[in-house]
Amino acid sequence: MSEAGPPRRGKPPVFLERQSYRRRRVIDAARVLPFIGMLLWLVPLLWAEEGAAAVRSSSAILYLFGVWALLVLGAVVLSSRLAAQGRYGAETGGEGG
Amino acid sequence: MLNTLVAVCSAYALFLFAVAFAAERAALRGQATWLRSPMVYTLSLSIYCTAWTFYGAVGSAVRSGFEYLTIYLGPSLVLVGWWWILRKLVRIGRSQRITSVADLISSRYGKSNLLAVGVTILAVVGTTPYIALQLQSVTLSFEVFGVGDLATGEEKGHTALWVAAGLALFTVIFGTRNLDANERHNGVVMAIALEAIVKLAALLAVGVFVVWGLSGGVSGALDKIDASPLGHWEIDGGRWAGLMMLSAAAFLCLPRIFQVLVVENDNETHLRTASWAFPLYLGLMSLFVVPIAVIGLEMLPEGSNPDLFVLTVPLSQGRDGLAVLSFLGGFSSATSMVIVAAIALSTMVSNHVVMPLWLRFAGGGAKVSGDVRHVVLLARRLSIIGVVMLGYLYYRLSGGGAALASIGLVSFAGVAQVLPAMLGGIFWRGASRLGALTGLTLGFGCWGYTLFLPSFGPGAVLPEAWLLDGAFGLHWLRPHALFGIGGMDPLLHAVFWSLALNTGGFVLASLASFPQPLERLQGAQFVNVFEHSTGPRSWAGRVAPTEDLMVMAQRILGARDARLLFEREAQRQGLRGGLPAPTPDFLETLERELAGSVGAATAHAMVGQIVGGASVSVEDLMAVADETAQMMEYSARLEAQSQELARTAAQLREANAKLTRLSVQKDAFLSQISHELRTPMTSIRAFSEILRDTTGLSAPEQSKYASIIHDEAIRLTRLLDDLLDLSVLENGQVNLNLREGLLSEVLDRAVAAAAADEHGARLRIDRDPAAERIWLNTDLDRLSQVFINLVANARKYCDAAQPALDIRVRTGEEVVIDFIDNGTGISSEAQDVIFEKFSRVSDQKAGGAGLGLAICRQIMTRLGGEIAYLPGQGGGAFRVILPANIAMAAQ
Repeated sequence: MSEAGPPRRGKPPVFLERQSYRRRRVIDAARVLPFIGMLLWLVPLLWAEEGAAAVRSSSAILYLFGVWALLVLGAVVLSSRLAAQGRYGAETGGEGG
Repeated sequence: MLNTLVAVCSAYALFLFAVAFAAERAALRGQATWLRSPMVYTLSLSIYCTAWTFYGAVGSAVRSGFEYLTIYLGPSLVLVGWWWILRKLVRIGRSQRITSVADLISSRYGKSNLLAVGVTILAVVGTTPYIALQLQSVTLSFEVFGVGDLATGEEKGHTALWVAAGLALFTVIFGTRNLDANERHNGVVMAIALEAIVKLAALLAVGVFVVWGLSGGVSGALDKIDASPLGHWEIDGGRWAGLMMLSAAAFLCLPRIFQVLVVENDNETHLRTASWAFPLYLGLMSLFVVPIAVIGLEMLPEGSNPDLFVLTVPLSQGRDGLAVLSFLGGFSSATSMVIVAAIALSTMVSNHVVMPLWLRFAGGGAKVSGDVRHVVLLARRLSIIGVVMLGYLYYRLSGGGAALASIGLVSFAGVAQVLPAMLGGIFWRGASRLGALTGLTLGFGCWGYTLFLPSFGPGAVLPEAWLLDGAFGLHWLRPHALFGIGGMDPLLHAVFWSLALNTGGFVLASLASFPQPLERLQGAQFVNVFEHSTGPRSWAGRVAPTEDLMVMAQRILGARDARLLFEREAQRQGLRGGLPAPTPDFLETLERELAGSVGAATAHAMVGQIVGGASVSVEDLMAVADETAQMMEYSARLEAQSQELARTAAQLREANAKLTRLSVQKDAFLSQISHELRTPMTSIRAFSEILRDTTGLSAPEQSKYASIIHDEAIRLTRLLDDLLDLSVLENGQVNLNLREGLLSEVLDRAVAAAAADEHGARLRIDRDPAAERIWLNTDLDRLSQVFINLVANARKYCDAAQPALDIRVRTGEEVVIDFIDNGTGISSEAQDVIFEKFSRVSDQKAGGAGLGLAICRQIMTRLGGEIAYLPGQGGGAFRVILPANIAMAAQ
């Protein structure tokens, strides 16, 4: 997979302006978010299923849907940040994908 | 009850038709902005939630606890991670004008129709049972309401048939709207967005009723859940992770999802909204599944079908209205899935199977004429009907029941086989057609053998013995324990092996094969889509000849429709009569119109040919590549030419400098020659005046003055002779007086003459008599004139204290005679002009008129030899070269 990084063409600047820098980090966050979600949703694999330590279904529901809500919230924040920055920051189509 | 239900159902269906129709009308009138909002896009994605998930989720929760969630978690992750894959898919879909999954794969791998057909078959095989499943769920839900009224299988079949026919009708009407939009179906999208709201509302309503109406609020519901058979967390870890991955993969590959996600996408920014809104939708869809399951288990009699709890729980509580709403939710889920799946499949079938066949056998080659559009539309309509009816047939033949219920995940695993080729295609430039073909074949085969065929039950398709002992008795080929690895969950087993073989074959064959140029171009376009297309492409505002567009449009749309379209567009642009201006908007509209009949890629290329605008399609790219090659060649030629020009310019500059020097010399010569002519004239005039006017001159005086006059006259004559001589030589009017003679004699004469001519410092002359014994056959007088000139020059200009001239003669192919003195020689800038007329090395040594060497060169040219200055000899040095043919054998 391709990675985040400066556009391959031209001479990339070593340091970016604050705005481009923020945008890059928002994109990084957007890339990481699904992996965080996946990790959190794979946590139930570690749960005990038998005996007294068994996780109750109500807790499982709260946990799974809690993660879900957090993911949605994170996606809302990131997409609005991306939209806002895309509006007046130059749309850097070149990087990543 | 049943009649009410049928009435409600019909009313709902009519309502959907009306909504779709209104949406189409609005789009036609150009008021489609709200139709293409991000929310509508997000809602249209909800066709992921079919009747299988609407009803089946609760059933799945009852049977295997929380496992049902995985089906929602996977797609949520894909959407949340839109920046990785979906963004790229959508961009590629838009820039390459992709019409289906099969189109994507085929387009990526060099527009291979074989691959397209393969993916189409895979999609049809994977989707048909799924359509059957939808029909079954609708039939079952009818049954729930009509318990007692109808029970016979015949009636069941009728329900399914009616539903199937209605769906086919709707899809044909709104899925193949004439030539309106480039694979964008506003009516359909609007209808499924509406259905998305209905099914969410229905499920939420039932959930709210269950939690707050039957369980006493959230805490009560949670308590009930903990107290139920689903009370504690129990899950098969492998299936939890595996199904999450599988559903994520299927979400990317399912033809119907691809249709709404990529093909119907109107604006890339919609994806940004969908990235959170669709996971939210899925979360809400799955939120109340467990409570409904728990309440259903608690309240309904033992043995009730858990798949229908969503309906039966409200019914058992006498909430008929809620039950009807729930029914409509299920109905919506089923119908929207069937509609979109039918559109997606029919696009594939007609574009990749029917049209190629028709063009080959009936169309008279690829010649495009007016009737093509009817064929395309007919093919698409027939494909829709065929796909839906295939689903119906499958439902009738399989007889419904449990076998069908498990088909959902089987279908997922089937379409997921496209994933390696898809992801490899958009992220790996090295992925090749052969790789994709190998991977798909292996994956499809493995899936069919280990999962799909066994799903019909033992003995149905695969012989029972094969299931137990493997094909042909090969133990390691057991469908549920490939390579002897048994004990796995059959689904996971099949998914693991099929995807492993698929990916392995794909990668290995890609590594081993060498792609064709078209594949490589497409690969670069797909993988680097963000560099090649910086935004939603649009036609550059170039001037396109509208007449040409009109002619082309007539060929494809038919004369009447083309005229109508152009008139409409002209009107929209505010032009009265005449043709519309070729604005980007108009071009896009026109292209979309054309795409409806000849396919997006062709339409784009055709418009592109006339407009010559934005570069997107491969043909364009190829043309660009050609142009680039030509440009490179051209620029190489230009470079060569410019180098040549530079050389010529340098030569010109040199020549110019020479001319300038010559002009200066000429000026100097003119003043010199007038001086030369005037000096003797002056003295002649002066002394003749003395002789005339002075009386009493002594005889010696008279004689002296007369001889001065005589000498001066001779000097004048000689000067004029020289000029005349040169002029004659230059004009080629000289006659050569060829004689035989010895070179040594010629030299002797020349040395003697030169010595007699001058009375200055004594010049020592070194010669080599032996070498000079060469017989010549040439104009000896002229030759001796050259020698005299050279010797006299040496005598005149050699500035050494003891001047010496070395005359060397060498014989080889030609006779070379060098005259080398021991003076300072001639400066390098003067070397190239000394042979010119009027050239004088220095002003102060006014020895002659500067014609000597010019005459020498003319003579030598006449004689067929040459004379040149010989630099670097430590003094003035001239070389005279005589051609071999005038030198006779030495004697």
